[in-house]
Amino acid sequence: MDDHQIEVEVNGVARRDSVPARLTLADFLRTRCGLTGTHLGCEHGVCGACTVMLDGDAVRACLVYAVQADGAQVTTVEGLGGPDGELSTVQQAFRDHHGLQCGFCTPGFVVTTEALLRDNPDPTDDEIRVGLSGNVCRCTGYQGILAAVRAAADQLPEVTR
Amino acid sequence: MSLTEGSARYAGSRVARVEDARLLTGHGTYVDDIQRPGMLHACFVRSPFARARIEQIDASAALALPGVHAVFTAQDLNPGVHELSFTAWRGVPDSQRPPLAEGEARFVGDPVAMVIAVDRYVAEDAAELVDVEYEALPAVVDYATAHETDALVWDEWAGNLLGRTNGRPVDDLAPIFESAHLVVDETIHQQAYVAVPMETRGSIVEWDGSELTIWASTQTPHDFRMFAARLLGIPEHSVRVIARDTGGAFGQKVNPHREDMCLYLAARKVPAPIKFVEDRRENLMASQSRHEHGRVRMAFDADGTILAASIDSVQDVGAYPIPWPVGSGSAVGALFPGGYRFSDATFDCRFMLSNTPGRTAYRGPWQFETVAREVTLDIAARRLGVDPVELRRRNLLRRDELPFVNGNGMPLTDMTPLETFEMAVDMLGYDAFRREQAEARAAGRYLGVGTASYVEPTASAMPFYGSEGATIRIEPSGVVNVYLAGGSAGNSLETTAVQLTADALGVDISMVHTIQGDTALTPFGAGTGGSRSGPMVAGAIRETAAVLRERIAAIAAHTLEAAAEDIVLEDGKAMVKGSPANALTYAQIADIAYFKAGKLPPDIPAGLEASARFRAEAPNVWANATHVCTCEVDVETGHVRLLRYIVAEDCGPMINPNVVEGQIAGGTVQGIGGALLEHFSWDEDGNPTATTFVDYLLPTSTEVPTIEYGHMEGSPGPGPGGYKGVGEGGAIGAPPAVVNAVNDALAPLGVTVTRLPADPAHIVSLLQQADAGEDRS
Repeated sequence: MDDHQIEVEVNGVARRDSVPARLTLADFLRTRCGLTGTHLGCEHGVCGACTVMLDGDAVRACLVYAVQADGAQVTTVEGLGGPDGELSTVQQAFRDHHGLQCGFCTPGFVVTTEALLRDNPDPTDDEIRVGLSGNVCRCTGYQGILAAVRAAADQLPEVTR
Repeated sequence: MSLTEGSARYAGSRVARVEDARLLTGHGTYVDDIQRPGMLHACFVRSPFARARIEQIDASAALALPGVHAVFTAQDLNPGVHELSFTAWRGVPDSQRPPLAEGEARFVGDPVAMVIAVDRYVAEDAAELVDVEYEALPAVVDYATAHETDALVWDEWAGNLLGRTNGRPVDDLAPIFESAHLVVDETIHQQAYVAVPMETRGSIVEWDGSELTIWASTQTPHDFRMFAARLLGIPEHSVRVIARDTGGAFGQKVNPHREDMCLYLAARKVPAPIKFVEDRRENLMASQSRHEHGRVRMAFDADGTILAASIDSVQDVGAYPIPWPVGSGSAVGALFPGGYRFSDATFDCRFMLSNTPGRTAYRGPWQFETVAREVTLDIAARRLGVDPVELRRRNLLRRDELPFVNGNGMPLTDMTPLETFEMAVDMLGYDAFRREQAEARAAGRYLGVGTASYVEPTASAMPFYGSEGATIRIEPSGVVNVYLAGGSAGNSLETTAVQLTADALGVDISMVHTIQGDTALTPFGAGTGGSRSGPMVAGAIRETAAVLRERIAAIAAHTLEAAAEDIVLEDGKAMVKGSPANALTYAQIADIAYFKAGKLPPDIPAGLEASARFRAEAPNVWANATHVCTCEVDVETGHVRLLRYIVAEDCGPMINPNVVEGQIAGGTVQGIGGALLEHFSWDEDGNPTATTFVDYLLPTSTEVPTIEYGHMEGSPGPGPGGYKGVGEGGAIGAPPAVVNAVNDALAPLGVTVTRLPADPAHIVSLLQQADAGEDRS
């Protein structure tokens, strides 16, 4: 199996690598880039734990091959905070509203929420529920997550991210 | 405030979690995040047959693949087993549990060979190349008929019966049943559904020639260590288990499974660390829970008073249950009477082996007692013509009636069954809902309300679980570290420990840090399970802090020339009562304790570190709750929409209401999944038919209602702080509350769900049967 040269910008840093065609973007991020915040919960595109932004779109990194990210910008949960490590508005809202317990699904929810609120800055409660319905959490019963996303949505127009 | 006990400043408040900063930024450390130099990866070859003789295994093609280091079979690994036993159940008549299937494969997914390769991709390629020759055998797929078949899962267990436990002879109750106004006799069936932690199971093993290090996804680091040491026949201190972050567990990660055993055994055969992390399909196929049915008989007098009850329960324990399922499963019988006021009861629990995945503990492993009782009570209420809420009012125990020994011998104490029930019903506005329901029915819509009440023994004092240790070290700078066994898997145990320690020592919470989950650093503890961590950790911290408080007071008294009993510890200082300026900070005290030993009182040791163990003060700490659910059922599609969901619970004083509510919500939503969606199923050959999240349906944000909480803190438990366990209860109460709401909605149509899940297909088929005038159940 021949490897393929790719060039990807990951969290603002350009990276050149040589990867097998079958290496998923999730495994590329986790093992080649050492960005282990992107988690694998099902590896068949249902649970959303591996959600990252690919050229701004929230995608499941388990269903994308690293070679498909050639020339693209990827943002993972590690790339969402401020330059000094402060939490983003969404991350802070999850913390304030008990939006996580074991934390395994959390990076996927946070990335999904960032994309959701960027695309729909003023969502209704139903739109939040639908927007998060592609992510599975087994700990929180979604109560804290829904509260966190509501709070982040209410707060975001006032802040500059 | 006494000299030895701190006062509550943080306990009871919604303290922000200390775990969150790392988890929100992608800096958690789950097993799969760990890389070790030279690490190899394992993949298992699994049986495609529910039961088959393993004739031959040819690994030559796999071994020829570049990057493959080894292929192990039962012959290679199983002889290395020294002792295979679970600590809590050593010496019981347990079933067989070879690490790799030996001679015979016993369920679809049974590991028959283990491939070790340079990465997971190559390991999976190689697993495909391992050629296993099977001869299929007749399988025992249906546990309910397992006693009738000639096929045996294990030759050693006649009739496929692994165990049976009973209460008093059922004939004892015959006179009561014969003279009762009404006897309800129903059989309730619960489908197999599973824990499904978002992080699958996994481990890394590394043998350095004298010590085995295991990075584990576990609820019980110390028990994994003991298990591995016994398995390999090496001293306990030659095994170190490290668990940093665990991505959900819910009982599935209480004990090592067979794949873990294979890793421990392989560790000494491969000169490199080995990682194994399940994929989701493996996780869904690896174990089962909840799969059981029970015949319930309840006798009532004319006004609805419960006179007697019995349950004959039958559980599917699969081929390789982990651990021995009879102990916790028998609690189905013992707890079946619930929080109700009747003294005549009995039970019969049978545990049936089958060629399906082994039964594993799952959040309230005895939960079926509540399902069976509460669903039957609603059926009884309809037969009696009594409102189901009124029926429970007449029978639930009041706080002032406790202690009360239930009909199957369980001594109930320190609870509020009726008071909590009333709180939940009141939060709903029960009468108003009944009016709304009547109006909806007039308009052709089917609304329903269901309740479920349970009592739960938390924080068991059984030998393995009955004590918990803590070490607290006030460092030379005056900051505090608390060392606990841990096992948190989303339970917020770090936050809990920091809150309680800050209170116990009278310091600001920012001064306290906790270290958990590493057996080389932390005192022994039985981990998370059985809703034990809150009460037990509180006890461990209290005992240990008391030692340090006395020592701090003695140093302060000596230095400040005061009496020790006049020293007050608060705000990170030891001060003379009534003279706050006359004080030493903990930093000053630590400085004396570590570096100025000459200034210590003569009987006080240098340093500021203490270890102590808490011993459980009661056999159990009882908690109770009532769930109330309302729903609308679409009688065309069978779809159930939940409208309101209320949980009133008595878990004693809350250490952190956010954590309590998070545990309740998480458990409740798992229970909603079990009532309506989740179904781990097999075809007639034993092939699993729900091995992805496309087939195995979990609740998502669009299915769950907003959960409303009622906290009944009026009946503290017998242990430290009065705290009670709260981890499992949500998953116990939810399924029957939801099913009762569905049954209430469908009552006018003559439909009663007694076989879970209440999914659309099942509801539609029951409606069609009712329409056709057929037998319904």
